[in-house]
Amino acid sequence: MLLVLLNLPSGASARLKLAVGGVFLPLFGLSTAAESFVDRASYQLLPRQTLISELRRLEADNARLRFHATQADDALAENNRIRTQLGLLPRGPWKPRPARIVGRDPSTWWRTMLIDYGSRDGAQVNQPVVTAEGLVGRIAVVAHSHSQVALVGDVACGVAVLIAETRDQGIIKGPQSTVESGALEMSTFQHSPQILAGHTVVTSGDGGIFPKGLPVGKIIDTHAANAGLFTTARVRLGANLNRLEEVWVLQQ
Amino acid sequence: MTWLTPALLFLVTWFSVYLQTGLIPMRVLLGAPPSILPALVVYAAFTHGLGIVTALTVVAGLWADSLSGSRLGTGVAPLFVLGFLLNTRQHLLLRDQRYAQFWLGFGGGVGVPLAHALILEMGGAEPAWGWFTLRQLLGLGLLNGIACPVAFIFFDQLRGTFEYQQAGPGPYATNREMKRGRT
Repeated sequence: MLLVLLNLPSGASARLKLAVGGVFLPLFGLSTAAESFVDRASYQLLPRQTLISELRRLEADNARLRFHATQADDALAENNRIRTQLGLLPRGPWKPRPARIVGRDPSTWWRTMLIDYGSRDGAQVNQPVVTAEGLVGRIAVVAHSHSQVALVGDVACGVAVLIAETRDQGIIKGPQSTVESGALEMSTFQHSPQILAGHTVVTSGDGGIFPKGLPVGKIIDTHAANAGLFTTARVRLGANLNRLEEVWVLQQ
Repeated sequence: MTWLTPALLFLVTWFSVYLQTGLIPMRVLLGAPPSILPALVVYAAFTHGLGIVTALTVVAGLWADSLSGSRLGTGVAPLFVLGFLLNTRQHLLLRDQRYAQFWLGFGGGVGVPLAHALILEMGGAEPAWGWFTLRQLLGLGLLNGIACPVAFIFFDQLRGTFEYQQAGPGPYATNREMKRGRT
């Protein structure tokens, strides 16, 4: 039986995997329901004055963000007009969809997590997963009601990046660190002594999975590798992968 | 009620695989997901037949693989080998001693993930391992070393409470008992 399982085509193996994983859906549903119950109970306990002041703060934030969104829409439209004039394909806007994390990889050897966002919600393989702080990963496997996300640093989630300040390009590719570590290694394509600690790492857009300019993290330190041919840098991820509860899935 | 312990063993296994996907503080402490499957297999190997042990290791391996990035089926073999070896050699092991249970759990906690990683490597995958793996294996070994005696205590209490006890020797020596029929 084991030999049959191991020799199954990857598509059939993935479908069987999703079917077997279905036995945990009641527990995932239960934990989501329990969390929302606790949330609702905590709202009941909050004083009315706190809620009103929070509402006012959110309304002010909302007005400010709507103003920024209008400006961004104008800039995107202008950008697309110019790209069309230059003969480049226009960039489509990415629609963020919220998702809740329901579990993490039970194995020691991978960096993946499960979100309650499946094909019924429009999930597709390779959709980027982000938070406001930075890139989280990409969707690797899609089931009806949930998906598996390969996190940045997993062998299944290489990310082409560039340093915002120096425009040096590089790649973050696992496996390089423990599942809980917030620091990953980045290799540049050439030696770049001008890369310094504190520089910002963003996605370069190469590879076609992640849009250009998504924040990834900050450089911690650098050192020359391969007799000075390349630079290797440790990158502190912007998103704290241990404390994530909600993420955004980007749909095109 | 001889079905109760195996049924509960499967239920605990199911729930422990689910807990492996959470328990963030424990993951940070161990540096790895808190898997107690080796400890449960050690308990099953000493207290149940090979059929139950095989079923448990297959189901536990498939459940863990279904939620992880591993290929389905790769997690079964290490658990099965552990269960099979202990079940067929249980007469050589001190199953009732707590320290023996600790070391068997510890060995399972270290050996099973290591064997799983080797199988993944042989299959062409690139599991994330390095020097930090030593800390992860030590953490998993300790966790399973502690979980194994706890599993013995918990399930033995349960068996003692709900299952029929085997009749012990009577107050008289066996050569003084009256036997029916001709001898």
